Amino acid sequence: MTLTAPPQTPASAPPVQPAPMKNRKSGEPAVRTLISVVDLRRHRKLYFAVLGVTLVVFALVFLFPLYWMVTSAVKSPAEYAQSTPTLIPQSWHPGTYATAWTNMQIAKYFTNTVFYALGGWLISLLVDVGVAYALSKLKPIFGRVVLGGMLASLMLPPAALLVPAYKAVADVPLVHINLLNTPWALWLPAAANAFNVYVLKRFFDQIPDDLLDAAAIDGAGKLRQLWSIILPLSRPVLGVVSIFIIVALWKDFLWPLLVLQDPDSQTLSVALSRLANTSQVPPTEFMAGLAIASLPMIVVFLIFQRSIIGGLSAGSVKG
Amino acid sequence: MTALSTGARARDARAGRLRRKVSENLLAYVFLAAGLACFALFSWYPLVKGVILSFQQDNFVVPPYWVGWDNYRTLFADPLFWTAWKNTLFFTGLALVFGYVLPFFIAVLLNEFRHFRGYFRVLVYLPVMLPPIVSVLLWRYFYDPGNGLFNSILRSVGLPESQWTQSSHTAMISLVLVSTWANLGGATLMYLAALQGIPGELYEAAELDGASIWQRLRHVTFPQMRFIMLVLLLLQIIATMQVFIEPYALTGTSNPDTITVLVLVYRYAFTVNNDFGLAAAMSVLLFVVLGAFSAVYLRLTRNAD
Repeated sequence: MTLTAPPQTPASAPPVQPAPMKNRKSGEPAVRTLISVVDLRRHRKLYFAVLGVTLVVFALVFLFPLYWMVTSAVKSPAEYAQSTPTLIPQSWHPGTYATAWTNMQIAKYFTNTVFYALGGWLISLLVDVGVAYALSKLKPIFGRVVLGGMLASLMLPPAALLVPAYKAVADVPLVHINLLNTPWALWLPAAANAFNVYVLKRFFDQIPDDLLDAAAIDGAGKLRQLWSIILPLSRPVLGVVSIFIIVALWKDFLWPLLVLQDPDSQTLSVALSRLANTSQVPPTEFMAGLAIASLPMIVVFLIFQRSIIGGLSAGSVKG
Repeated sequence: MTALSTGARARDARAGRLRRKVSENLLAYVFLAAGLACFALFSWYPLVKGVILSFQQDNFVVPPYWVGWDNYRTLFADPLFWTAWKNTLFFTGLALVFGYVLPFFIAVLLNEFRHFRGYFRVLVYLPVMLPPIVSVLLWRYFYDPGNGLFNSILRSVGLPESQWTQSSHTAMISLVLVSTWANLGGATLMYLAALQGIPGELYEAAELDGASIWQRLRHVTFPQMRFIMLVLLLLQIIATMQVFIEPYALTGTSNPDTITVLVLVYRYAFTVNNDFGLAAAMSVLLFVVLGAFSAVYLRLTRNAD
């Protein structure tokens, strides 16, 4: 107890000795954390108590609101309005979802959002892959300057550019087109994503030039090399980038709120916020609307959780 | 005469080489041009345009004209301007307490568990995946002072009810609570990833020296996490200073209790009288503040690479 570790532990130098025993009797690696495995074993009861409490608290905090949203939608309006809420719906009206789908015109907004997300995904990939390929393999003059300029845009907080960006969309400089209430107002800014360009370029950099040279000798042009060699090899990174583009487009709120003011062109998020303030939608229907808006993201998350969680921790520090 | 012609010839040759280089690599320039157009329109042009706008009078009525520092003077004279900054700083500070400190301890706790590791991770990140407006609108029902979920729960356990977003005392904290619920997962998972990178030998050595759990946390975990904590601190400050959805959807754009910088920008430009110059001036100020944090962040992470 008298000796505390020096505050500045030489952390950067990993010990050179042979790795201490990693495998206990089972095959699983016993990674050492704050509390040793021995201590955890000794205080088994305490460990499981803490684990159990945490499980319950997590379920209450993170899962229960979603459960509430989904089940409130199937309650009858009268049951929903009771002053003591019911945990399990007494009456089941799954038809509320169908009513919400038609009454709140969710079908239209849902289709809009899907269209914006998929179109934006396609255009972002086209532009970002193109730029990354050009910078990584084609090496044009001024390539480094262009990359620097794009990376510098990471420093610009999007919120501070809202007003001038809105003006730029309302009247595109030089060509003077009005993109408000068109899909392009979402698609083009989505493509201007320096982070995606950077991630793709770094991946392309690792693909050996020899492969491309070999293809060139066989007569493949630059475009063919991109299509038949680079892209198939980059499937993992393309997957991660795709997920991030689509999730970002689906979740975006403030920008679509500004550039899609015509109700017919709105995304689900913007439409829900408008309906929440203006219309007389019953709460149960509105809950159904909220649940429908979240469902695609939850499905995407459950399918791709590994990529999403992995990409998150890799991307934050390397930005 | 000769000097001039050789100079001209050299220039010609250089131009020719350039032309050849471009035509040989035409595809590269086509790709770059597409990307540059997007970046120019949505990053670089707005940056310049924003500064220009901030010195102009610009609404949809008359063509824009120069007004010098008038917009900035109007801003500083507007009491809402100061309220908005005060609220934003308050929100940022409060959001740091919940959204920055709390995830650290959650991550340390989760990292000790040997069971359900994947389950915890999915749960904590689930709200982050929801569209933010969904989280906020859902919580709006929870906050309902009449039959909202929170007051129903408080009532059933015999605690005093709260007005939540509708009282000036609790409005801001209500906003912070939703925001934390919706965003805490990201920070938690980043902390978790960093925790897993700490070599176990350090803990073992500290334990052999007789360090208690708290001392290990203090002298091993903290120093090892210093970098990621600094990065997350900057990221959180940058993100929470741009808060918009929570006040917009919960308390509206004209509530002085919760109006934030970005809500005020929105209000100037899109609700009252389309004063884009005033909104741009406010944005420029926000940009200066956030830009400083961004610069530090980029420098930090660049060095780490």
